[in-house]
Amino acid sequence: MIEVKNLVKRYGDHLAVDDLNFTVEDGQIYGFLGPNGAGKTTTMNIITGCLAATSGEVLIDGHDIYEEPKAAKRLIGYLPEIPPLYPDMTPYEYLLFVGELKGIPKRVLKSEVQSVMERVQITDVKNRLNKNLSKGYKQRVGIAQAMLGDPPIIILDEPTVGLDPVQIIEIREVIKSLAEGHTVIFSSHILSEVSEICTRIMIISDGKLVTEGSTEELEEKFKGGTVIDISVKGSNEAVAGVLSGLEGVESFEVTDDDGSGTVSAKIKCAEGADITEALSFALIEQRCLILKMDTEKTSLESVFVRLVGGNASDYEDAAAGYVSQSGDGETDVGPYYDEEGVSAEDLLNNAVKSVSDEHAPFDMKDDEAADEITDVDTADNDETGEKEAENDDSDL
Amino acid sequence: MTAIYKREFKAFFRNMTGFIYIALFLIVMAFLSNVINFSNRVPNFEYVMFYMRIGLIVMIPILTMRSFSEEKKQKTDQLLFSLPVSTSKIVLGKYLSTLTVFAVPVVISCAYPLILSKYDASGAISYGASYGTILAFLLLGASLIAVGIFMSSLTENQIIAAVLSFAYIIIDFLISFKILTLPSSSTASFIGIVVLIAIMSLIIFALTKNSTIGWMVFIILDIPLAIVRFIKPDLLEGGLTKVLDNISLFDKLYDFATGVFNVNSIVYFLTITGLFLFFTVQSLEKRRWS
Repeated sequence: MIEVKNLVKRYGDHLAVDDLNFTVEDGQIYGFLGPNGAGKTTTMNIITGCLAATSGEVLIDGHDIYEEPKAAKRLIGYLPEIPPLYPDMTPYEYLLFVGELKGIPKRVLKSEVQSVMERVQITDVKNRLNKNLSKGYKQRVGIAQAMLGDPPIIILDEPTVGLDPVQIIEIREVIKSLAEGHTVIFSSHILSEVSEICTRIMIISDGKLVTEGSTEELEEKFKGGTVIDISVKGSNEAVAGVLSGLEGVESFEVTDDDGSGTVSAKIKCAEGADITEALSFALIEQRCLILKMDTEKTSLESVFVRLVGGNASDYEDAAAGYVSQSGDGETDVGPYYDEEGVSAEDLLNNAVKSVSDEHAPFDMKDDEAADEITDVDTADNDETGEKEAENDDSDL
Repeated sequence: MTAIYKREFKAFFRNMTGFIYIALFLIVMAFLSNVINFSNRVPNFEYVMFYMRIGLIVMIPILTMRSFSEEKKQKTDQLLFSLPVSTSKIVLGKYLSTLTVFAVPVVISCAYPLILSKYDASGAISYGASYGTILAFLLLGASLIAVGIFMSSLTENQIIAAVLSFAYIIIDFLISFKILTLPSSSTASFIGIVVLIAIMSLIIFALTKNSTIGWMVFIILDIPLAIVRFIKPDLLEGGLTKVLDNISLFDKLYDFATGVFNVNSIVYFLTITGLFLFFTVQSLEKRRWS
């Protein structure tokens, strides 16, 4: 358990962390969310003892990080923002070095390193020099370093930044696999990632904890009414007539598609009202063919934007790309695929193709990047395919 | 600590610094021995070591510049700080590994007096002076390495670290020539020494970020000086020159080379080593506290 009490960090005049208080319970995956410069890295550096706070207290299982640094640091594995690798060592040597410093007994050190390397899948590059590894592998060596010695708490600072979509998914899988028997805190400014992996979310902005809770709690807490998007064959007036007659409609906006005979409308429903059924029957009664109906729930993104305020427009853009992933993402994703009439496998192949196209100039130099892509290519897991597609959707 | 020691030691030979240093040291030593001992037919190996000290001006910055600067640049210092190892052990591990690399050719130099004794028919060779000077040379290097590692902990730029330790070492070296003409009056010495104390207090203040400690050092050292100045001003005649001579590390090697085993100097070398290692720990801790 980590307890952070009245944490303040001041850099000259700048207040990076402003009276932060929170408790991290055991066995959960915590997402540490916030815009750039919100104080995520500073807070993590303080928790791990890399940086001293101006005032306040950090207790790791009751051990103060300044009073008993050894006892406290033994409980933590930390991956800083930039993986702290010595470029002139191989991953194997490096992990032995870290293991020795963590005080792992000599007789189990080698087997421990071996098993950690297998878990993050770096066994086949263990004898290359760190400086020759691709970004994805470097990140994995960094995670391996944090996992070594099996500390109960693992802290990862933006572990997926700078990776390509395929690597991001792989790293996420590693983090998910850590969930058993570990408390994981990881920071990110990518919301989809946090909502996908984490069981609890902490949102921090300007050095303050804005809110904290489980993913569902947060959505529930900031829930507004549902918004329905429809596009219908028929006239403007007919649609407007139907909508104004329906119960549970708070407001609506009808736009005429020029001359094609299709009309789209954005309907804001009253809180708690489910009008989809009534709406479809009413439209069919008016002989208006429904071409598309989409329900948009309050997403984490909108919660985030509302909480962080400030540069909301940036996040709305970002959020737009992630809508299909947030909340109960599956319901949104399903119809999209059906409508397009493509299978998940096709999407996966397309995604992988575009990934390799996009990243060719940078990553394809490395053999392993190609290996990774083919690995996923041959995967027959539909779920991975969907995720991949979503990612492609949002990132590219 | 042993893990850091081993890693650092290997790193010296991975990036060639260690090989280049050892090779250069041995070549220069062989050359000097050839010129001094063989060409001039002088059996005193201590003279060779005495001249070898000039090489330290270049060698020490090269050996120490990477130490903490590179760590900071690669952000690997964050790894070390997040692991259950104390800062003093990190510093000690790095220091000892640099010292080991430094000591390799110095240990090899121990063979020279034995070789020279084969050609020394008159029995003029003095093992005491030779090995005494080698030991003093080792300790001089040990204290300069502490200085270099401290400079390296101040910056993440290796070049700046090298220039800083070069500056310290060359000033120390120049002072040891005792050719500076400084005013020797009591008042001038008093002012000069006060300025030196002020510089020292400022360094301590910069390292601890604690103005009380800085002022305390300044005042505690100045009070006895002021008392001496007003009660017995004669004692301060030429005092500044004396103080500077005593500060110089290189100056201490002279006694050994002339056959005097000066225990005070040994203690001084060890004190400077300890002081700068302590400064290094403080400067690293300060980086976390500021």
